[in-house]
Amino acid sequence: MGLFVILYFAFLIIASCLAAFYEKRGVFMMLFSLTLVSFILGIVGGAGALRFIAIAAAVLAFAAGISYAFKEFLVIIAPRNTSKELKTAPLTAAFGMFVIFTYAIAGIFAPWIAPHGESEVISSAFAPADANMLLGADQLGRDMFSRIIYGARNTVGLALLATLAAFLMGALAGLLAAVKGGWFDQFMGRFADVIMSIPSLIFALLMLSIFGPQIGVIIVAVAIIYAPRVFRLTRAVAGNVVVMDYIEAAKLRGEGDWYLIRKEILPNSTAPLVAEFGLEFCFVFLLVAGLSFLGLGIQPPTADWGSMVRENATLISFGDITPLIPAAAIALLTVAVNFVVDWMLWRSSGLKEQ
Amino acid sequence: MTDTSAIAPGLKKQVLLEIKDLKIEGYTGETWVPIIKGVDLTLHRGEVMGLIGESGAGKSTIGAAAMGYARDGTRIVEGSSIEFDGIELTTSTEADKRALRGSRIAYVAQSAAASFNPAHKLIDQHTEAPLQYRIQKRVEAQEDAIQLYERLRLPNPEEIGFRYPHQVSGGQLQRAMTAMAMSCRPDLIIFDEPTTALDVTTQIEVLAAIRDIVDQFNTAAIYITHDLAVVAQMADTIKVLLKGEEVEEAPTEEMLKSPKEDYTKSLWAVRSFERPQKERPKNATPLISVQNVDASYTGGAKVLDDVSFDIHEGMTVAVVGESGSGKSTTARVITGLLPPSNGQVLFKGEPLPPKYTDRTKDQLRQAQMIYQMADTALNPKVRISEIIGRPAQFYSGLKGTALKSRVDELLDLIELEPSKYYDRFPPELSGGQKQRIGIARALAAEPSFIICDEVTSALDQLVAEGILKLLDRLQKELNLAYMFITHDLATVRAIADEVVVMQHGKVVEQGPKTEMFTPPHHPYTDLLLSSVPEMDPNWLTTLLEERGVDNVGESANV
Repeated sequence: MGLFVILYFAFLIIASCLAAFYEKRGVFMMLFSLTLVSFILGIVGGAGALRFIAIAAAVLAFAAGISYAFKEFLVIIAPRNTSKELKTAPLTAAFGMFVIFTYAIAGIFAPWIAPHGESEVISSAFAPADANMLLGADQLGRDMFSRIIYGARNTVGLALLATLAAFLMGALAGLLAAVKGGWFDQFMGRFADVIMSIPSLIFALLMLSIFGPQIGVIIVAVAIIYAPRVFRLTRAVAGNVVVMDYIEAAKLRGEGDWYLIRKEILPNSTAPLVAEFGLEFCFVFLLVAGLSFLGLGIQPPTADWGSMVRENATLISFGDITPLIPAAAIALLTVAVNFVVDWMLWRSSGLKEQ
Repeated sequence: MTDTSAIAPGLKKQVLLEIKDLKIEGYTGETWVPIIKGVDLTLHRGEVMGLIGESGAGKSTIGAAAMGYARDGTRIVEGSSIEFDGIELTTSTEADKRALRGSRIAYVAQSAAASFNPAHKLIDQHTEAPLQYRIQKRVEAQEDAIQLYERLRLPNPEEIGFRYPHQVSGGQLQRAMTAMAMSCRPDLIIFDEPTTALDVTTQIEVLAAIRDIVDQFNTAAIYITHDLAVVAQMADTIKVLLKGEEVEEAPTEEMLKSPKEDYTKSLWAVRSFERPQKERPKNATPLISVQNVDASYTGGAKVLDDVSFDIHEGMTVAVVGESGSGKSTTARVITGLLPPSNGQVLFKGEPLPPKYTDRTKDQLRQAQMIYQMADTALNPKVRISEIIGRPAQFYSGLKGTALKSRVDELLDLIELEPSKYYDRFPPELSGGQKQRIGIARALAAEPSFIICDEVTSALDQLVAEGILKLLDRLQKELNLAYMFITHDLATVRAIADEVVVMQHGKVVEQGPKTEMFTPPHHPYTDLLLSSVPEMDPNWLTTLLEERGVDNVGESANV
């Protein structure tokens, strides 16, 4: 039994005793059940398994620490009203915001951050990581780390543009349908049904095969695929607002549709729309990554996470994790966005009362 | 139910619920703020206690606390004691309290329509508690439910339980809810404003039913309301609350005859506001003339049938009737939201286009509306300055400082401090203040005619009185004409010059107020008038004897 194992168990037992003494029931239950589980894992998997647990716990603690610090940072620099809201944010949301913030920085300042150019061949294919290349080289000998950083700009930027386009179309149509009602509403609704009836991936593949894999085509295709969902949600949310007396009062005043949408309806439906934006962004992001993986998305040599997974996929059979790095970047962003969206949904729904 | 009544006198003295030094705090943003500041309450078996006070006085909070329950975001402060039949509720476990609720303490909510689950039949919801507590088998419980329905004088007691909540009218639903509360024969029922949302005519049925059933089973009750006349009918003792503190408590008769505290006296005096009645000007064209209007919603039956009446400049016309009588529909026809299928609306002798979209800006400006629910009538995400400023900007083209001074002027007019309220949002205001903002928005258009749709019915009496006085003052200063839609005849008595009585979409009677309030009446007017609760504690008893509601005999025997 190594020193590590002794320290590991000593730490767990002392911590759980302290928790019990200070009547922190939840903490105690967690720590002590971890101790019991560790006994079994230690017997089955040896010191390695325990080391894995320790590292995982340290990573979690590190993430929690950085989220907490980042939240406090935001609370201090934000204006008063916003900071009040931010104080209610759970750690998960703070973590999500931190990750999004990091990706945004990486994307915006990519040329300065990345040590090498995105299509610059600097070593042999699949070279292992060294001091010059943090994450090693890809199948052509380009720096993986630099490509990940550039990928943040390309993939995320593209997904963001496509989501924005989808929202612009969908939300505008939804708001107009709710305000105008009647045949316009019916027409837009049926039109949305028609688009939704086409399988999304097939539609995207079709568009890209016809018009060629250009950035503009990808954005338009993805926007068309996702706009009907946004339309439906917006119409439903706005439909609840339109029946309010203040809308009737504004109508009787003689206000036009545009005023109603801008001043009366939008302020009352932003919360669900923002939450939906976050969710749709994840889907769009995954669809774009998927298209790239199929070779119809962003074209080489431009760095893109989806195609990076595909290009390095052969390496997985040699037990190397290099192809998983861009995949992990996608997963982390998706999780982060969902953490933030969860918090926003919680804020806008009645759940916080409980 | 002679068996229960026989033991009733002996039980009457026994204390059922004793609340001592109850303090409750609510969490607002960052700190705990006291809501209830030390209230004592003693309730004996079979006693009915009325809790009255304005909204925010803490009536409902106390009602919930009597079940040992603190709503989300509130907590019962340590040191408070709530003892129900020897059980201390503040220290007992959640499981113990849960076992009491429904079986020994029951709750009747204000809005039965919102409290019943629309997806289940009434009787299934009724039998839930007896089955849960294994008091009765399902069939027994159903038979018992039908018996209770019969006692509460619900029509078709055999069948009504097998309907869904939306298939039953509001008054019936409220009685079904009372029956449900009775299903386990609790020792204590808490009624939280059970008749506030009902018409006067339905209110009577519910009041009579509640009173009978509480008498029959010798149930103790806490009756929460802001309507004094109602509490006078129901309660044995009355407790007056103000801002979380007790003002005074006394037996009903004593309280009505000789209230001690000033606040109580002011509550009693509320119904005294009345202003002199105005006469119609001779040979003048009416400001608004509704002529032979028929209207229906798309594809539906006629909602309005040959409705005609005139509104003259500077006068108040009250339109009264039960819900569903077509009052609000008439307002929709006048404003142009619902084009009539027949007939027309004249403004100063000129016909108005039937649809509001076809009217000119000036025509739209002339007729403004004030809504019943200020919560839904004001956009919660728009600042007060914008809400009031927009009509002024829209119609008169005011901008910059001119607009700001106009908003200040309007806020002054509705007696709200401009500097304090200019930048606020509606959710930061109280109900009465919101209603005032609604009035200011209507005034900002400089109209000659305002439709007031039940403007005071969602407000407390003191606040409502303030609104009525304000409307009266504005009428004098700005020579406004009002169309006052209401089901509250006290309001009509206070402010109207002329009265239009509507039933089933028809005008049954109309004329000057004094004429309308002196007999002989149309039978429907008579029904409405006699249904308004009075402060006399024996009013309901007398009325039921006069009207001879079926089954009154049985309950009178108890």
